Amino acid sequence: MMLAQEATPLIDWEWIGRNMGEIVDRTWQHLSLTAVSVGLGLVISLGLSVVALRWRWTYSPITWVTGLLYTIPSLALFALLVPIVGLNATNAVIALTSYTLLILIRNLVAGIDGVPGPVLEAADGMGYTRRARFWQMEIPLALPVIIAGLRIATVTTVGLVTVTAVLGLGGYGYFILRGLNTFFWTQILVGVTLSVALATVLDVGFVWLQRLLSPWARRTG
Amino acid sequence: MTVWESIEEFLAEPTTWSGPGSIWARLAEHVLVSLAAVVIACVLVLPLALWLGHVRKGSDIATAVVNIGRAVPSFGILAIAFLILVQMGAGIGEPWAVLITLIALAAPPIFTNTIAGIQSVETSTLESARGMGLTEGGVLKSVEMPLSMPLIMEGLRIAFVQVIATATLGALVAWGGLGRFIVDGFAQQDMGQLIVGATLVGLLAILAELGFSAAQRATTPAGLRASR
Repeated sequence: MMLAQEATPLIDWEWIGRNMGEIVDRTWQHLSLTAVSVGLGLVISLGLSVVALRWRWTYSPITWVTGLLYTIPSLALFALLVPIVGLNATNAVIALTSYTLLILIRNLVAGIDGVPGPVLEAADGMGYTRRARFWQMEIPLALPVIIAGLRIATVTTVGLVTVTAVLGLGGYGYFILRGLNTFFWTQILVGVTLSVALATVLDVGFVWLQRLLSPWARRTG
Repeated sequence: MTVWESIEEFLAEPTTWSGPGSIWARLAEHVLVSLAAVVIACVLVLPLALWLGHVRKGSDIATAVVNIGRAVPSFGILAIAFLILVQMGAGIGEPWAVLITLIALAAPPIFTNTIAGIQSVETSTLESARGMGLTEGGVLKSVEMPLSMPLIMEGLRIAFVQVIATATLGALVAWGGLGRFIVDGFAQQDMGQLIVGATLVGLLAILAELGFSAAQRATTPAGLRASR
């Protein structure tokens, strides 16, 4: 008989109802860890990309170092940061930020490199300064590629935040770890489902943002 | 106790170097399960990807696979696989949940890179091959596969490095591997074990990356090497 199995349902809705407050708190934690890490990653990547674009020879060492950081498994990076910064959100943010760099720098540089030369000449001819040309011509035209990088970085970060559960954080990963320790399906499924949902929502959000920011490219999506 | 002292203490313990929980045993577990996962993923995925690439279909499937694969956290897949297997009667500490998760993780990059590689072969090249009398199987084997080898190997590299990294999480579901030292280090607040474990995991991942890059160069057909 399979009835014995059905006695413990996969999803315990009552548990979800009782823990709504905790779910909201963890949502906020997951979202803020992701936002701070990707935001910080974008700022650092912009700086490094500007360096790489101006002094070409620096591109290869920059991607080499960020590639090395990207290779180190998250659990190991969190652990290595413990003696330096301790077990806290700073640790998580440093590690998560470092994982965004390679993706963002590659796309920033590729995007800006992809801006056609004649456009730049036109900008120069119209009297744009180098800085104005960068912010008003190169960045907007590179936007689709930059946002493609932001989407990858954000979705990856949302997944990695779950591992910060070992630091006592975790966002939705907290539910996954707790569920594992107590063999409680509901907690694991809530953690995984909400994490995937958050990644999807942010991903779709970026697609909208791109449409909003580059109206001239709407035809191709 | 300073960090250095606790590292020295961990390294001085005999159990660190011999027995089932030693560095060597954990390293062997880690590497063996990772290799097995990549090999199994290849067996499962390569035939389909080669065929889809050859008939010039599957780009949409590949994109969907990548997007879905990225959104689902590996830790989540691992937790779900572990709980299902335990309920089916698997023993705690067995590697199956980790193996399944790693296969699921290795499959998308191999799948998408293979399709992309095969499809990147130019139509004119294929027409010449067919004009020379190659069968469809011959075109795939002697033209498309060698020409797409760099991209296929790139997919394997991404898969292998990712698998080596994620095998670390196996310790969170009571399995071994090098992640054991990190998870136990956190749990027992044993800084020495934590740092040694993390260093080993980091080094292994970097070695896997560098080793595979060398293998990639070796498997690039001679004709393609000059252009790189």
